[in-house]
Amino acid sequence: MEQKKLTIGVTGLNNIDSPGPGVSVIRGIKESEIDARIIGLAYENLEPGIYMPGLVDKTYLIPFPSTGSEAFLERLEYIHSKEKLDIIIPNFDSELYLFIKFSDKLLEMGIHTFLPTMEQFEERHKDNLPEYAKKYGIKVPESRPIVNSKELSNLPKPLSYPYFIKGKFYEAFKVVNNNQGIYYFNKLSAKWGLPVVVQQAINGTEVNVIALGDGEGNTVSAVAMRKQYITDKGKAWGGITLNDERLLEITHHIIKETKWRGAMELEMIKTDEGEYYLIEINPRIPAWVFLAVGAGQNIPEMVCRLATGEKVEPITTYKYGKMFIRYSWDLIGDIADFEKIVIFGEL
Amino acid sequence: MNKRIYERPVLRKVVEGIPNKFGSLKRLRPISTIDNVEIDSLIEEYGSPVFVLSEKTIRDTYKNAYRAFSTRYPKVQFAWSYKTNYLDAVCRIFHQEGAWAEVVSGFEYEKAIDNNTPGNKIIFNGPDKSEEDLVKAINNKSIIHIDHFDELYMILGLTDQLKERPQVAIRVNMDTGIIPQWDRFGFNYENGEAWNAINRILSSKKMDFIGLHVHIGTYITISKPYAVAIEKLAALANKTYNRFQKSIGYIDVGGGFASQNTLQGAYMPATDTTPSFDDYAHAITTAMTAANFPNNETPTLILETGRALIDDAGWLAGTVLANKRLADGRRSMVIDAGVNLMFTSFWYDHEIYPVHESSYQSEPTTIYGPLCMNIDIVRKNIDFPMLNKGDHFVIKRVGAYTMTQWMQFITYRPNIVLIDQHEKVHLIRKQEDKEVFRRQELVPDYLQN
Amino acid sequence: MSKLNSLAISDNGFIFKPSTGESFTTNEIGLMIINLLKEGKSADEIISVITEEFDIDAISAGRDLYEYLDFLKREKMLD
Repeated sequence: MEQKKLTIGVTGLNNIDSPGPGVSVIRGIKESEIDARIIGLAYENLEPGIYMPGLVDKTYLIPFPSTGSEAFLERLEYIHSKEKLDIIIPNFDSELYLFIKFSDKLLEMGIHTFLPTMEQFEERHKDNLPEYAKKYGIKVPESRPIVNSKELSNLPKPLSYPYFIKGKFYEAFKVVNNNQGIYYFNKLSAKWGLPVVVQQAINGTEVNVIALGDGEGNTVSAVAMRKQYITDKGKAWGGITLNDERLLEITHHIIKETKWRGAMELEMIKTDEGEYYLIEINPRIPAWVFLAVGAGQNIPEMVCRLATGEKVEPITTYKYGKMFIRYSWDLIGDIADFEKIVIFGEL
Repeated sequence: MNKRIYERPVLRKVVEGIPNKFGSLKRLRPISTIDNVEIDSLIEEYGSPVFVLSEKTIRDTYKNAYRAFSTRYPKVQFAWSYKTNYLDAVCRIFHQEGAWAEVVSGFEYEKAIDNNTPGNKIIFNGPDKSEEDLVKAINNKSIIHIDHFDELYMILGLTDQLKERPQVAIRVNMDTGIIPQWDRFGFNYENGEAWNAINRILSSKKMDFIGLHVHIGTYITISKPYAVAIEKLAALANKTYNRFQKSIGYIDVGGGFASQNTLQGAYMPATDTTPSFDDYAHAITTAMTAANFPNNETPTLILETGRALIDDAGWLAGTVLANKRLADGRRSMVIDAGVNLMFTSFWYDHEIYPVHESSYQSEPTTIYGPLCMNIDIVRKNIDFPMLNKGDHFVIKRVGAYTMTQWMQFITYRPNIVLIDQHEKVHLIRKQEDKEVFRRQELVPDYLQN
Repeated sequence: MSKLNSLAISDNGFIFKPSTGESFTTNEIGLMIINLLKEGKSADEIISVITEEFDIDAISAGRDLYEYLDFLKREKMLD
């Protein structure tokens, strides 16, 4: 059957030292059998994905979600009128709220997405993790939302040093004494608001899973990975795929219980005793998705197929010992391209 | 020859990595009318600035809120929170729609009586009720929500002198997961204080204990804590029934519903995140239905929501006084309404609009009020089109707390008008003038000349 | 006016300053002013060109022009 050419909008083209997933997602799509026209959706005029040769067919700047849905949707409508988008794959935590909230409206326009439900999205927030764990029978480190730095000197047992202190949306710091705790509390609360979450540090190895749920409880794809080296920004420098059955079992369990729809990243700690603690759930494709593609599971492709209503058979195997090594590469641009993005918001 | 439309020249530095106009600019569309009444004509007739209230919006909002709750629960009663906006005209609209009065001071109580509210439809809340206030409330059979033990004992002391039995409820505070926990009002649930208060009331046999009241906080944007609160109140009701064979007539869940004003520091605009009345109603009535109240009875559900009912109905229209460049080159604009009228500017990012299309260019701007005070900032940073001196602006959603918390500071307070449902404009509070102050002030004889 | 001549100015109103690597955007009237400056026109001459072509009085046009010139000076594009 002749395949229709799909026009796919992708965000997160900021392929910098703390990269967004967009470029990897696009590479996944380009390696698949999907005949795609790629429309980059960028927030900032220097996002490398805009300028990378052969990556996007066209890029449009879009307003930050914090500008509000009105401006956001208006811009998407404009882009849609030019490009007839079939699918959008949003890749930032901060934009997911709007894409989920307006997914029906987008669908009416003819734009498909494949995202978690609002309930699934809200439920897995950091400050709700203990409750989430209880509901779905998952182990999580002891944690507590706090609103006052005074609480730090009197944390309930068994919370003890070292612990992580985490901002409501982003950022985490390891804390070994009270002064440090207060310093980071002030910093995080000023930046991300309250509460700030204190989470017991667990000794062990950080392992991650990228997974895709079909919304009916089936895990369509899951690849486990260990970060081999972490940058000072806490991002993976390199990683390697793992054969860890217990980790995949936990992933299947979470997706089955929550009926998760869409891609997710599970961040977990495996202790020396072989126990697994869930640290965080990211409700989107992580930046290291291309490793999963390389190991045999093309998650961006499957997201596109699920979004357009195709039935996708679960893939249960992948190659172990596949690695990714992240590198930077200076690409030569020209002020003329920069001018076009700045003046017209399109390139 | 027709001349072309002028637009002022602009030069803007491109900052790499920072979103440009496609990233941050939300074109502000001018708002030139409120309920089809020209804002320019309102300013011309009633001066600048002027507060404008829309009766249509008030009634529509109330009806929408009432529908959301009453279609989900059989016994629903709203009580208008006077402190949110106690202009008589506003209160009377809510009373016409069927709301009782919820007051927190002797002053508000008097206003409610003046607005012809029957005594038994006034709920008297708050920590400050004088003996005189309580006598009046007891005699009028108003509902007293007891806040602390000193008040409880004062009422107990009054029962010997009065023939009416006080109609009382207690306010309960509790941990609902909301941060900060409001524990300064009422009796605490977790430490047993609330239960002690109920015991004291019922064993005295001198008052009618008719309800339970909780108010979990303000600007609550998630609806789950209400469910937690109702569960705990139901437990108290059951305990009360088991000990005293007395069932509770109503559960008052207070207010605290958020309006669509965006709190400073919030990432997303509130218009995208604030729960609707249906969201709140769903959470609250589901909890009411799920909770097992004693004797299978269905207590009345009372709501004291203020902000969410009135915020949208209020507007503030005014005039640009000046434009200036700040030391660092940033643009600023001075308008004739400041924090004296909008105390709420300290925590909201108020939505402000030009009344007429002036320029397609907009620029990050700080908007200052007219006061000779450094803190008089209406918006710290807003992408705003260039308005000229004398141009009009209008601020949206200022119906709640502005007209009660405003300050007479440095200048007079302005007129407030109401646009009725037939788009006719009524003055409902006169602007102050020097006579108002002459009446209030006394100059000792020796300073007369 | 030599400083203005060293700028790369496109018809879209995009200005690139090779000496510092900075870029700027301006609008149609801004572009027109820069071109008139390059021709060596004085402020008063520019004002009269603007008031002739656009629906604006000389006082307002002058106020905006001087503000614009200040910007150019602040960014060291004009002496």
